[in-house]
Amino acid sequence: MLGDPADERRKRRGSFRDGVRAGLPYAAVGGLLSMSFGLLARDAGFPVEAAIVMSGIVFAGSAQFAAVAILAGGGSAGAAVAAAALMNSRFLPMGVALGPSLPGNAAWRAVQGQTVVDASWAMANRGDGTFDRWFLFGSTAPQYATWVGGTVLGALGGVLLGDTARFGLDAIYPMFFLGLLLAEIKDRRSGAVALAGGAVALALVEVTPAGVPVLVASLVSLWGLRRRREPA
Amino acid sequence: MTGTIWWSIVGCTVVTVLIKGFGPVVMGGRDLPPRLARVIVLMAPALLAALVVTSALADGDRWHLGADTVGVAVGGAVLVLTRAGLLSAVLVATAVTAGLRLLG
Repeated sequence: MLGDPADERRKRRGSFRDGVRAGLPYAAVGGLLSMSFGLLARDAGFPVEAAIVMSGIVFAGSAQFAAVAILAGGGSAGAAVAAAALMNSRFLPMGVALGPSLPGNAAWRAVQGQTVVDASWAMANRGDGTFDRWFLFGSTAPQYATWVGGTVLGALGGVLLGDTARFGLDAIYPMFFLGLLLAEIKDRRSGAVALAGGAVALALVEVTPAGVPVLVASLVSLWGLRRRREPA
Repeated sequence: MTGTIWWSIVGCTVVTVLIKGFGPVVMGGRDLPPRLARVIVLMAPALLAALVVTSALADGDRWHLGADTVGVAVGGAVLVLTRAGLLSAVLVATAVTAGLRLLG
């Protein structure tokens, strides 16, 4: 069942390289994003090294922004962590989806699962429910590098820039997700699911705590359980 | 304050590792039933659309239209209607947002 090991290695290297290439534009955008994270964290009272350590070991953009926003508003560590967990909860279904594509024992699979970030997960998706894990690792690698590097620049440069909203950096987040979304809309069904997911999230914004609308919107994907009359 | 910050970082690390590890631990080595596979394929557009909407049209738990909303609309149009890449579209979005704030 297994092919020639040398052949297998070549294929992995190819997947990894393709992943790196595909991850580069997102790494560039992520670098801008993490620069603004570094700036905001400093504004919120983070020591420079705390901002950098957080990006290095948490490595989850929206969760970091959410946690810093809460601390900046005078919230407790517990509230900040809860908000981060809610923002990260999307990695739960992503990990469930990825799980069957990861080999090895449970601990090793959990380690491989840490490489999931939004862009890599979406791009490593083969479209049939399985994932190319080397592509996933490859596309995450440059994104990790620029995420940490951008945070260093932002945290150190914060003193020079002052107010960050002036530079429109908050527009980066939605653009990042929009770029990924456009690549995911492949047919009428995925387009309809995107519209419905967006509508559900928007409707829930004012009635649930932040983070919950995104979670509930992911349930729209249960549409896929419907039996279809004609094959795809 | 510094203690709160470091505890938050520790907490965020733990929850992130647990959340990212859960799926791979529980689902590893199983074949996915085809209907579940279809759900997973559709999860990306649903999640990503929700993230676009909540980051462009809301501020925490309030609806919010601001300069950034306009910037994202213009940047999004550039992304959809032209051959510009993601990075150029992001630069347009931030420039429009910053420009509007400068004027307003």
